[in-house]
Amino acid sequence: MDVTASMYAAQAIHGIAFGMVLFLIAAGLNVIFGMMGILNLAHGAFFMLAAYFCYSVVAMTGSFWAALLIAPVLTALVGVFVERFFIRKVQIMGAMGELILTLGVAMLILGGVKFFWGTENLPISVPPVLEGMVHIGALDYPIYRIFMIVLALVVLAIMTLLLYKTRLGKIVRAAVSDREMVNALGINVPLVFMFVFGIGVWMAGIGGVVIAPILTVFPGLADQVGMYAFIVVVTGGLGSLKGAFIVSIIFGLLSSFGIQFFSQLAPVLIVGFMAFVLAIKPHGLFGVKE
Amino acid sequence: MLLEVKDLNTFYGISHVLQGLSLQIGEGELVALLGRNGMGKSTTLKSIMGLVSPQSGTVVFAGKDITGWAPYKAARAGIGYVPEERRIFPELSVMDNLFLGIKGGRISENNDPHVWNYERIFRHFPMLKERANQKGKFLSGGEQQMLSIGRSLMGNPKLLLVDEPTEGLAPLMVQEVRNVLADINKAGVSILLVEHNLKVALSLASRVYLMGKAHIGFAGTVEELKCNDEARQKYLEV
Ligand SMILES: Nc1ncnc2c1ncn2[C@@H]1O[C@H](COP(=O)(O)OP(=O)(O)OP(=O)(O)O)[C@@H](O)[C@H]1O
Ligand SMILES: [Mg+2]
Repeated sequence: MDVTASMYAAQAIHGIAFGMVLFLIAAGLNVIFGMMGILNLAHGAFFMLAAYFCYSVVAMTGSFWAALLIAPVLTALVGVFVERFFIRKVQIMGAMGELILTLGVAMLILGGVKFFWGTENLPISVPPVLEGMVHIGALDYPIYRIFMIVLALVVLAIMTLLLYKTRLGKIVRAAVSDREMVNALGINVPLVFMFVFGIGVWMAGIGGVVIAPILTVFPGLADQVGMYAFIVVVTGGLGSLKGAFIVSIIFGLLSSFGIQFFSQLAPVLIVGFMAFVLAIKPHGLFGVKE
Repeated sequence: MLLEVKDLNTFYGISHVLQGLSLQIGEGELVALLGRNGMGKSTTLKSIMGLVSPQSGTVVFAGKDITGWAPYKAARAGIGYVPEERRIFPELSVMDNLFLGIKGGRISENNDPHVWNYERIFRHFPMLKERANQKGKFLSGGEQQMLSIGRSLMGNPKLLLVDEPTEGLAPLMVQEVRNVLADINKAGVSILLVEHNLKVALSLASRVYLMGKAHIGFAGTVEELKCNDEARQKYLEV
């Protein structure tokens, strides 16, 4: 195989890896929306916050692995705090209250990040074991991208088990259709929802940590990647994990090959794809009509 | 008294749906709450369960003041709720619907004959056993009603609040539901029954409350009601 084939292979892996991370973030957003009916506009900000936490944990401990464990959990705790003391209070006001509140939280996180970490780009290096390329067959693949893909798959497997095999999952699926009845059976639904919100934010947090070494950490991260996550969810259909998965991978590939061939046009391709899908299917690929 | 509701006032917005409502249920009793449409029977059950918050008045259950408690706390205190619309979980199997009825997900003292578990539920509701792995949404109305009752029994309640269990069911199924309620009551579960089918209600209950608009208009035993033409005319006949 020649150099070009190797380059395409690497490009495809780049795209899929980015797509998988997008999917992690979008899935977190979808879990929160699908189960609690909350469109969490702070989701991208949580994702960014995790990247900053990752930076600080790496700075303190020198270990990316410690950051991978700690930063998403810290971020989830912030999320749980926000749900418990803010979002829950405005729920009686309906969707508008939640939108305004989570938008406010996003701004607060952005401001906090600039205040505590400044506005410059903070580099995080890929841990040494994940550097370089691996040779499979005749082609070279970047190890860190393969790690991203595997990690995303592991997180998704955990999520699937949690949702389909545990009591918590059954409670959540029942509460989607009738939270009042679940409550009347003796289950503390607000507590369960707080936990679900935490899980959704944790997923965004994992995304933030794994993307930190390849994008560097800066205050525009929430807008840059968080916005993609929203586009993924809308294009795939609100609440649909299948839709989010397919669209994430398409976006990942569009962005990596787009950069290859059209450079500046990659974001245009993605937004164009969204417009195309929504023009045909206004509720997204797998969205259900209200 | 197992349940003592005193002077309850409940509002939906500005409409005053319960106006100083009081009622009692003794240990082991089956009491019927009857009345025409829109009088506030369901709202009474919801106010006891904590699904709507009464503005004033008290609900005392098993010696505890549970007024305004969240539904899950009322359930944990020992009240089971079988709503008018049945409200089984459509995407979950019959087994999983029952599973969510178990408080904390684990049945203690599984071999105690007074404890409700899957086996005992299936003995009372054989038709649920046949459909154990079907999703809730594929059950018939009668089966859904059975499941709704079974699900609340899995929580081993001391008191069941049952809202119009025979509504919309075929005559044979009405009889099944009636018999099941009689059995459950005989097994020691107290029941507050809201029911439009007078024959069913009077064949089960020992005492009756008749509701007029937002208040209790008559309280007495079934015998007393049978002798009281005026109360029947005023609160039941259309
Ligand atoms: N969620 C609600 N919001 C506003 N008003 C309500 C609501 N639920 C019930 N009502 C009104 O409160 C009154 C009492 O309703 P409730 O459902 O308790 O009556 P009911 O005695 O159970 O009637 P039915 O026999 O038809 O079930 C009715 O006038 C009804 O229109
Ligand atoms: Mg009613």
